[in-house]
Amino acid sequence: MRGRPPTCQHNAIQAGRHVTDSAVSDLECSNVCKNFGSVQAVKDVSFEIPSGSFFSILGPSGCGKTTLMRMIAGFEEPDSGDISIKGRSVLNVPPNRRNVKMVFQHLALFPMMNVFENIAYGLRCIGADRDEIKRKVQDVLNRVALPDVGGREIHQLSGGQKQRIAIARCMVLDPDVLLLDEPLGALDLKLREAMKIELKLLQHQFDTTFVYITHDQSEALVMSDRVAVMNNGRFEQIGSPQDLYHHPKTAFVAGFVGDSNRWTGRVSAVQGEEVMVETDGGMNARCRPGEGASVAAGDTVTLFVRPEFVHLTQGREALGENSLQGRVDNLLFNGANSRALVRMGSGELVEVDVTLTGGADDVKPTDDVALSWSAENAICFPSGEGR
Amino acid sequence: MNQRDARRLSLILLFMPFALWIVLLILLPHIGMGVLSLREKIAPRQYEFGFDNYIEFFTEPIYWHIMARTAVMSLIVTALALVIGFPVSYYIAKIAGPRTRGAMFMFCLIPLWVSDLIRAFGWILLLRETGVISGVLQWTGLISEPIELLYNDAAVIVGLVYTVMLFMIVPLTSTMDGMDDSMIEAGYNLGGNGLTVLRRIIIPYAMPGIISGSIIVFMLTAGSYLTPVLLGGKYSSWFTQTIYDQFITRYNWESGAAFGFLLLIFTSLVVWIGLKLSGQSLSSTVARS
Amino acid sequence: MARTGGNKAFAVGYRLYMAAFFIFLVAPLIAAGIFAFNDSVFPSLPWKGFTLDWFFGTSEPKLGMFHDRRLLQGLYNSFIIAVSVALLSVFVGTCNAFLFVRSSLPAKNFFYIIMVLPLVIPGVILGISILVLASTVANTLDDSYGIDLGFLRPGIVLVVLGQFSFIATITSLVITARLRKFDATMEEAAYNLGASRVRVLWSITLPFLRPAMIAAGIVAFLVSFENFNTTLFLVGSESPLTITMFDRMAKGGSTPVLNAVSFFLMLGSGLLAIISILVQRDKTAR
Repeated sequence: MRGRPPTCQHNAIQAGRHVTDSAVSDLECSNVCKNFGSVQAVKDVSFEIPSGSFFSILGPSGCGKTTLMRMIAGFEEPDSGDISIKGRSVLNVPPNRRNVKMVFQHLALFPMMNVFENIAYGLRCIGADRDEIKRKVQDVLNRVALPDVGGREIHQLSGGQKQRIAIARCMVLDPDVLLLDEPLGALDLKLREAMKIELKLLQHQFDTTFVYITHDQSEALVMSDRVAVMNNGRFEQIGSPQDLYHHPKTAFVAGFVGDSNRWTGRVSAVQGEEVMVETDGGMNARCRPGEGASVAAGDTVTLFVRPEFVHLTQGREALGENSLQGRVDNLLFNGANSRALVRMGSGELVEVDVTLTGGADDVKPTDDVALSWSAENAICFPSGEGR
Repeated sequence: MNQRDARRLSLILLFMPFALWIVLLILLPHIGMGVLSLREKIAPRQYEFGFDNYIEFFTEPIYWHIMARTAVMSLIVTALALVIGFPVSYYIAKIAGPRTRGAMFMFCLIPLWVSDLIRAFGWILLLRETGVISGVLQWTGLISEPIELLYNDAAVIVGLVYTVMLFMIVPLTSTMDGMDDSMIEAGYNLGGNGLTVLRRIIIPYAMPGIISGSIIVFMLTAGSYLTPVLLGGKYSSWFTQTIYDQFITRYNWESGAAFGFLLLIFTSLVVWIGLKLSGQSLSSTVARS
Repeated sequence: MARTGGNKAFAVGYRLYMAAFFIFLVAPLIAAGIFAFNDSVFPSLPWKGFTLDWFFGTSEPKLGMFHDRRLLQGLYNSFIIAVSVALLSVFVGTCNAFLFVRSSLPAKNFFYIIMVLPLVIPGVILGISILVLASTVANTLDDSYGIDLGFLRPGIVLVVLGQFSFIATITSLVITARLRKFDATMEEAAYNLGASRVRVLWSITLPFLRPAMIAAGIVAFLVSFENFNTTLFLVGSESPLTITMFDRMAKGGSTPVLNAVSFFLMLGSGLLAIISILVQRDKTAR
């Protein structure tokens, strides 16, 4: 790192001091707001990312995640709030001086340069000498497991290779934080699955903080240490993937992360931790209120039940308390992820995970079945609080 | 804000060359020409403002005859270019195989790279009394005496059609290239014959190309100078030639400027009417060619 | 390929038509070129044998183009003019591309139409209008202040300006089209990797535009070299090649040296055309 020794030293000192009380965070945003005209793109977002972790920001398109990332990279200025990297505010630092590198949605590899030149670009900008460039580029190419592609043109690379070169181009500069803007979006399904694992491994290998932006919940869940769910410019919840999946704090998170059956209804009774809900279709179901949500009898609520928590029993007889009668409408065969669509007596359609072995006792359409789930696995939120 | 200032500065810097170009080389010269055209010479070094130069044009039959002649000839050239070029474009866009298509299109572009002057020179060598066509005809015994094919209206029209052909073919081909083959097939499938398919499907589809091609061809023809002069001789009576005469031969700049303005108004009018009738914009039309 | 649904005779007829059309297309060019090699003092039939005298002949009557001082002077003038016009129009075209694609220029569409306008003004009019303005300014300055600005009199400078006035539109259109295809995130990526604004422009954006700039430059060069209508009114004592050739053609009875020049020019244009096609078909096209 020629050319910037003072900054580096300073960081080191500061980091050293911080280590004694708490681990320094690589990236911290506090109360960041951004408006475009009258549209509030980002509303009062605060978070802190510990060093060396894989952090995802998950949200539907238009939720403000790209704006947030562009502010971190320096392409936009926040209207208020602060962004700091390694404990130092970067608000007045132009993007080319921030040690935050970014992998763009369509990668933005330079087509007029070959792979080597692409990776060397950043090093040239900070005035590294020829030997150092050569060494560092080769080194990073080895680390992304593409040691021999330096002389190739960009258009000669496969989709996955381009992906890795885009990451290498950033990592060669040893950034404090690497931002990734849905880089898997353009890949086909198979490659995307493979790249998810690969990205996770690369992050582990470089031991750098990755901030990954995506609208695909499965990408976020598979790769991240922590995920922030963003909606309408706000963070709905930050937590580990398991947390978000099993303990959503808002209706939006419950609906957006993972698959769920969802009904709206009215609370008919509250019994301690348990709530009885009568759905609009007339189905009675037990559930628990979401964390931090309080409901009273008569409230309208939205009820979420994941397909894998619904227990399906074949036959006509009701099976104990809280079981509901229905008839299989359709089977959606998809190997281990097969589902049954069950039409309830009340008319609602329930998705249920089923195991289809191909044997004679598999459920079939028009079978009568009983469905049940434990109140622990059904969550309700007061309606009107996100969608 | 510093960044905003920088943006404004770069906008101004970028705008400068554009503004200088348009103001100094397009706007002011035309204003100057307009002013000059309104000036009458009443005595040496004595001028007065008035419309005399324009009145002269309308009262002196020879001038507006030449203008009308130029317009009619330009229309003929445009129509011929369309009639000759349309089948060629259709062949290139729809009938030729993908490889021949590229080659044929490139081939059509060849004359673009060759100067007007050389093209006209080629036609002179072909058409004149001692030229190739006359020679070949004598050799085959079809005629006994050399014939002069040059210096008549037909020669001018042939030369002009040749010169502007390219500007008809390029927009036509690119428009028809965008037409889905299945549209034509559907036309036949639904019971149309060749003629109805052409009339109801192909021509309406190619209309934007026909319009932009025709506008450009007409404009180029009406404003051309070289081809009519070389192939039609000194007395081919093309309007641009009259302008040249006023300016250079008679040194009567005032009426030359007025005639120039009339030509400009005339061609602009035709372009404008064409655009209005077809509902297209100028930039899309020009960008096509 | 769409079947025309016609019969065989129609298909054959169509092919013959195409063949005739292509003959029509090349016939004058061949006629202009081939007589350069005819060993006769008239560019016409009969064929009297092959010669290169019209290129290299050193004395009258068979003075070759490379020894004809007036033609060489015209060639040189044309070359100077074309290079100046090409450089100037590529520069202005590039500025315009940034102006119309990138900047926040108010009333952009209006200005865009203004930019296209010079292409629909007849060349003759561009010539006379610039002549009128330049002469008026020069006369006024001369009469009132006694300043004589020679470059405002017909001559090379006016020819360059006159040709530039519409060729700049062509280069602007070509370069603007290319810049519109540019993925602006590429600049952000470079900026993100630590490059300064100037470096981004120099190392990313301009290299991307380079093929279009070269192609536009070649087109500008050729259009300038071949221009006649605008040039005619602005030319001074130093005539470019087209004017010199035109004078001889209009007089008639010239020797095949004009064919030699034509052949030479066609060869040159062909080479430039091939170069511009090769440049445009570059690797960044993907």
